[in-house]
Amino acid sequence: MTPNQLMFAIFSAVIIIFSILTVTSRRILRAATYLLFVLVATGGMYFLLRFNYLAAIQLALYAGGIVVLIIFSILLTSHIAEKLEKPGLKKIIPAFLAAAGGALISIATILQHNFPAEVVSGGDRTNITMIAKSLISTEKYGYALPFEVISILLLAAMVGAIILAKKRKD
Amino acid sequence: MFEGVPLHWFLITGTIMFFVGIYGFLVRKNLITILMSIELILNSVNINFVAFNKILYPDHLEGMFFSLFIIAVAAAEAAVVIAIIINIYRRLVSINVEKMDEMKY
Repeated sequence: MTPNQLMFAIFSAVIIIFSILTVTSRRILRAATYLLFVLVATGGMYFLLRFNYLAAIQLALYAGGIVVLIIFSILLTSHIAEKLEKPGLKKIIPAFLAAAGGALISIATILQHNFPAEVVSGGDRTNITMIAKSLISTEKYGYALPFEVISILLLAAMVGAIILAKKRKD
Repeated sequence: MFEGVPLHWFLITGTIMFFVGIYGFLVRKNLITILMSIELILNSVNINFVAFNKILYPDHLEGMFFSLFIIAVAAAEAAVVIAIIINIYRRLVSINVEKMDEMKY
């Protein structure tokens, strides 16, 4: 087993185990903590694939920002000691069947498909200079338009969140 | 194959994570736990994009940019969802989805 395979096995095990714990834990703050582990392991997966910039974004935005936001909202809306009620079997069985069936079909399809075995790479292109140039380029592989659209979206989301959460005067 | 790790392994990890998220989305009743399931689903899609990008098209950056934009959209979505959840909690003193039938006029 090569070091890469070992690291992949660790990250993959952490992702699978903690994502199952996230959706089954009955204490909501623990579920948020398990979600944090899943997100950090996903960041590790990006480091394994040499996407350093994306991994940094994942750790800062997902693991740092979104999880903190979720924990804040948990503290604002529920008691820490409170346990969620158990979902009934009437809900668990159809949901489990849907999820397990979908997973089996997808995994069977993935295993049957033959991907090209070896793709020759023309050198590492994931450095920060290439990313920055692509983000502001308007040529073929440029992302100037999505970049501007996402900035409008973030502004709209910010204004919307402030207006929604603001206290009404009445 | 990426330095000994086949593409299938990444895809299977992403698939399991995606369907665990689907299961949580269907079973949970608390709005915040539903939001966590959605985050799991979005994350699994990111793993797939990045693995395809690195292993099948190592000279391009499309998968990375898709993941980048998905992360940005997820952050915006989380901010708006949490504002809505806090607003609902202020009005109904509960964030259980089954008590959400008073939202209509």
